[in-house]
Amino acid sequence: MMELLSMGGYGAYVWSCFVLTAIVIAICEWRARARHRQVYRDIEVRVKALGDNG
Amino acid sequence: MTDNQPEMPGLGRGMMAVAKRDLFLAWKRPGDVLNPLFFFAMVATLFPLAVGPSAEQLEFSGPGVLWVAALLAMLLSLNSLFVSDFEDGSLEQMLVSPVPLAALSLGKTIAHWLTSGLPLVIVAPILGMTFRMPASVMGVLMLTLLLGTISLSLLGSIGAALTVGLHRGTALLSLLILPLAMPLLIFGARTVSLAAAGDVVAGGLYFLAAYAVLIVSLAPFAIAAALRISNE
Amino acid sequence: MWKFIHKLASPPHFYGLAAKIIPWFFLPGLILIFYGLYGGLLLAPPDYQQGDAFRIIYVHVPSAYLSLMAYSIMAISAGIGLIWRLKLAHAVAAAAAPIGAWFTFLALATGSIWGRPMWGTWWEWGDPRLTSELVMLFLYFGYMALRGAIDDTAKADRASAVLALVGAVNVPIIHFSVEWWSSLHQGPTLMKKGGPAMDAAMLYPLLAMILGFTLIFGALLLRRVRTEVLYRERRTRWVRHLVLSSAVEKK
Repeated sequence: MMELLSMGGYGAYVWSCFVLTAIVIAICEWRARARHRQVYRDIEVRVKALGDNG
Repeated sequence: MTDNQPEMPGLGRGMMAVAKRDLFLAWKRPGDVLNPLFFFAMVATLFPLAVGPSAEQLEFSGPGVLWVAALLAMLLSLNSLFVSDFEDGSLEQMLVSPVPLAALSLGKTIAHWLTSGLPLVIVAPILGMTFRMPASVMGVLMLTLLLGTISLSLLGSIGAALTVGLHRGTALLSLLILPLAMPLLIFGARTVSLAAAGDVVAGGLYFLAAYAVLIVSLAPFAIAAALRISNE
Repeated sequence: MWKFIHKLASPPHFYGLAAKIIPWFFLPGLILIFYGLYGGLLLAPPDYQQGDAFRIIYVHVPSAYLSLMAYSIMAISAGIGLIWRLKLAHAVAAAAAPIGAWFTFLALATGSIWGRPMWGTWWEWGDPRLTSELVMLFLYFGYMALRGAIDDTAKADRASAVLALVGAVNVPIIHFSVEWWSSLHQGPTLMKKGGPAMDAAMLYPLLAMILGFTLIFGALLLRRVRTEVLYRERRTRWVRHLVLSSAVEKK
């Protein structure tokens, strides 16, 4: 286990790359979802406001 | 604006009419031509002031500095390329003209190159001397700048056509054009460096010439498309 | 055939279909990445020259590959949108740019971290691949900046499409010129990527990672295109119906 973590002395470099990649992909997914929710909500608000009038 | 004759005006004549008009306007307002030229000289002056007057260093960095300065000066002059035409409505005239817009765009870039590219090429040897460039390199310096500024005029016109009528067009234009202009900078500056070192320069010059040919044949259509989109 | 494409590209149809397809990209992608991680970090032997630092290629190469692929997808769909005026194609181009920029950033960051122990510096101008990736990032920034500067969506679509196509013509030229530029002085030995010399135990996890990343990219892209479609169609009847009917379901 320690061997895996240390990566022959390159542990800090190797693991920071893999962690960074995971974080960036997670950010991409999270931002895509957040934007979808926001767009959907804006439409919902507008549609309901129009619905009351008409 | 181009030709008011009833028959279809020729491509060349429409193009020349646009070029002549822009050259005339530049003659009336010499500041537009001189400002980028002063800018070019000033950037080239700033550099020795910043790094020190050591002859070795100046010789080494001269080609790069002159090329970067020329690139920035071209960008500066491109900002206003379509703006006045856009504001006074002559751009719309160009759009509805029977002459293909690509030919008229080429006419505009020819005038732009004559007023901002060519002066840089002529002034460059004077600045090159201050960087202790040997006389034998001047020919290569001018040739690379000649081919490079032609390409930059056309490439930059695409960016100028895309950003015409937008707020904050200046910063945006640099952001669009600079990454695309990097091959020109690389080949231009490195070829001059190679010439200074007494190396073979044909490869770099062929590249610059091939790039110029490619962009002369493609850019007018991109500029025309961009102008139509910007005027929607 | 033409009819089929039009039906597929019709916004309501695409919106529903994409929601169903996304998990089919996402889950196999995750499985492949987990296999790649297991094979790359545990099974593959250390490289005889680079030791364990070579394992960074398992994230670096897929990112670099996706940075180019995203640009190609962006430019091709921009071209399709410009020529055939297909609205969905413009939505794809708009959605691909930010994801491509993120993967370009990843390729740069992991390449730079790899370079620290290998070259002794975080940034080596002599490496043509890193330099081209940097220019790619600027190309993405330019595209997104132009899109952001134009308020009208249809106009932004067409203007940025012209830029994407001009950029696509330039990308090979940029790669070529950066290669030439760095070949002039003896640079440090470059990272060998793939190549026939690679051991199977190293290669298969890499292929799995590339395919896995591509599938995850596909899922991200579809999700963003879906949002783009919803936003662009926000004033249409089908979106109104969609929002109203799901609001009723919630109650």
